[in-house]
Amino acid sequence: MYDRKLFCLTFSMVCIHLLQAEVEETLKRIQNHKGVIGTMVVNAEGIPIRTTLDNSTTVQYAGLLHQLTMKAKSTVRDIDPQNDLTFLRIRSKKHEVMVAPDKEYLLIVIQNPTE
Amino acid sequence: METSGRKTRPNSRGWRRGKPRGAPNPRRPDSDPGPHLGWGSNPESSPGSRLRPHPRPRPHLHTEPDLEPVSLQTPSPDSVSGPDLFFVSESDPVPKPGPDSGPGPGPGPGTGRGPGPGPGPGPGQAPGMLRDETLDGATVPSLWRGSLEIRSESKSCQTASISTLEGACQAREQVDAEIQTDPPSPVALRYATQQDIPGLASFLRRVENLIIRELDKNWQSHAFDGFEVNWTEQQQTVTCRHTLCYPLAQAQKLQVTSVSWNATGSVVACSYGRLDDGDWSTEKSFVCSWNLDRRGLNPRQPSAVVEVPSSVMCLAFHPTQPSHIAGGLYSGEVLVWDMSRPEDSLLWRTGMTDDTHTDPVYQVAWLPEPRHSHRFQLLSVSTDGKVLLWQAAGPGQLQLTEGFALVVQQIPRNTKLKKPTRGETEVGVTALAFSSFDSSLFILGTEGGFPLKCSTAVEVAALTRMPSSLPLRAPAQFTFSPHGGPIYSVSCSPFHRNLFLSAGTDGHIHLYSMLQAQPLTSLQLSHKYLFSVRWSPVRPLVFAAASGEGDIQLFDLRKSSQKPTVSIKQTPDESPVYCLEFNLQQTQLLAAGDAKGVVKIWQLSTEFTEQAPRETEDLDQLATEVAS
Repeated sequence: MYDRKLFCLTFSMVCIHLLQAEVEETLKRIQNHKGVIGTMVVNAEGIPIRTTLDNSTTVQYAGLLHQLTMKAKSTVRDIDPQNDLTFLRIRSKKHEVMVAPDKEYLLIVIQNPTE
Repeated sequence: METSGRKTRPNSRGWRRGKPRGAPNPRRPDSDPGPHLGWGSNPESSPGSRLRPHPRPRPHLHTEPDLEPVSLQTPSPDSVSGPDLFFVSESDPVPKPGPDSGPGPGPGPGTGRGPGPGPGPGPGQAPGMLRDETLDGATVPSLWRGSLEIRSESKSCQTASISTLEGACQAREQVDAEIQTDPPSPVALRYATQQDIPGLASFLRRVENLIIRELDKNWQSHAFDGFEVNWTEQQQTVTCRHTLCYPLAQAQKLQVTSVSWNATGSVVACSYGRLDDGDWSTEKSFVCSWNLDRRGLNPRQPSAVVEVPSSVMCLAFHPTQPSHIAGGLYSGEVLVWDMSRPEDSLLWRTGMTDDTHTDPVYQVAWLPEPRHSHRFQLLSVSTDGKVLLWQAAGPGQLQLTEGFALVVQQIPRNTKLKKPTRGETEVGVTALAFSSFDSSLFILGTEGGFPLKCSTAVEVAALTRMPSSLPLRAPAQFTFSPHGGPIYSVSCSPFHRNLFLSAGTDGHIHLYSMLQAQPLTSLQLSHKYLFSVRWSPVRPLVFAAASGEGDIQLFDLRKSSQKPTVSIKQTPDESPVYCLEFNLQQTQLLAAGDAKGVVKIWQLSTEFTEQAPRETEDLDQLATEVAS
């Protein structure tokens, strides 16, 4: 009984470890893509969980883009309650900002598409 | 033993004896010699009167504790109770039996002096007197008890007082702690704990392909190329915002020799002097500044005017101090003014020393100090071949900190320069531009028409006999192929580390790469002189040139590399434009000064202020393409 418990615990810890490695690996793959300036994951409250940018930039991007995504989502659903936001991209003079939304997280990628 | 002793004693006057014990005890704590009390009590208990003993011992104890035994002993002989002392210090009953039994005392004195033996002999010598056995030495330990009690009492007193003090101290500390906890520090960035790794992993698994696909598409797509949004109203044409002049200077027919924008971009200053006549002149001239953001700007009335005894050839506002401006004079002096103090504006001057330039100063520039990037030194160039670095030292005085000299023999000889016939020959410097990427690298324009790449980090001494308080060094590193005449202006690209422009009396503009001697392109813009050329601070492919024919030519290399995109007429009568300067803060503004003594502020059209996509790339391509 005790052994089994211990085994389960160890197993879950190993799993977590593997998943964490997978998370870091995925973020690195995206970050190393051409022209990518920064990648960050933001949780449902708009708090950054992972980032490749410096602190102040991350906080700014996370807060503002979280708001914007929530606004865009509610706009889409107000127009058609059966519809939902699946992806948000912002084209600016310098960057292209892409937001992949989800129930719990937002993935934000900032790219310089012209350089 | 004690119990038995007590039993026997009470029969006689045990309760009384008890009192003396009790009485001395409370007193003992007051006086250290506890044991003496025991001694004292004994004599009292001696046959004399029972009542006296109480008062007696007290004075003894308090005043002369050490003497007590003596005093006690002396009375003891009077009374027969002498021996009692030996037997029992503590127990009074002993003395009583003493007097009762004559023999008891007899032996007592003999052995009594020794405390230990005292009890022993007592019983031994008076076997018949069994009662006297109660005098046993067992009473001695009781003395110790008494003393122990005393000690413990005193200890307890000490600890109690200390503990209360500590308590008070602790309370104070607590107050401090409360203060410390008052300001809560806001958490800037909180990374979530690792608790929901599985959720995060599955989320990333879901969106990764989507994101990667879009990133690829973005990279390949040219859908947005050339797409511009007009958020602001487009400025289609270049217009003149202000026409500034100083009537007093115009009356002297002085020309605008230099213009400069200050650190905030709202103040423009111009210097008056003469460029067309090479004669030595002592005519006074002016430095004027206008605050363009000031309400009710009067274009004919400068915000500040400084009178200068000699013609001012060049100006440069301090990069961070909005009111400080440096100027170079025809006399070779370099001055720094504070334009916010019109009454006493002169801050520092070089004075006329051996270090000062002997020829007109053609350009001044502020240079950050190597170790303190917020402090600045002043660099000046002159046709006497010297490049001098000044620093404010003491009140009102600029002191030479570094010096460079250009001598023909030391110019790198990769171009066909005529060999100087004899001795040293200085190379006159007429223009200066610092690299935007390497603060030790600068380009000099010379009277000989060839630009020089120079470095402030050189160590080679200059071969010159010019007088100087510091050893002069030879900064030249590379010589570019020359213009047809003296160079009046050079400008380093703010967007490319190798590109720079030069303009001179041959009416040509050369675009050089620092990597090769031959110019990348050469454009003839004018049949007369070209006095100034400047790269745009915002558009990598745009530059402006001021011509001797009275116009400002704006080039957009993206549109055409042969003819100017826009040509503005600054002067109606084709008198030359001597200087121009882009505003680094309000990038749509361009100031230009002319031979008529007028400074015009031009508002550029949007095409010269908005950077197009991939423009930096095009500039890089230009630098490599033309070179190959």
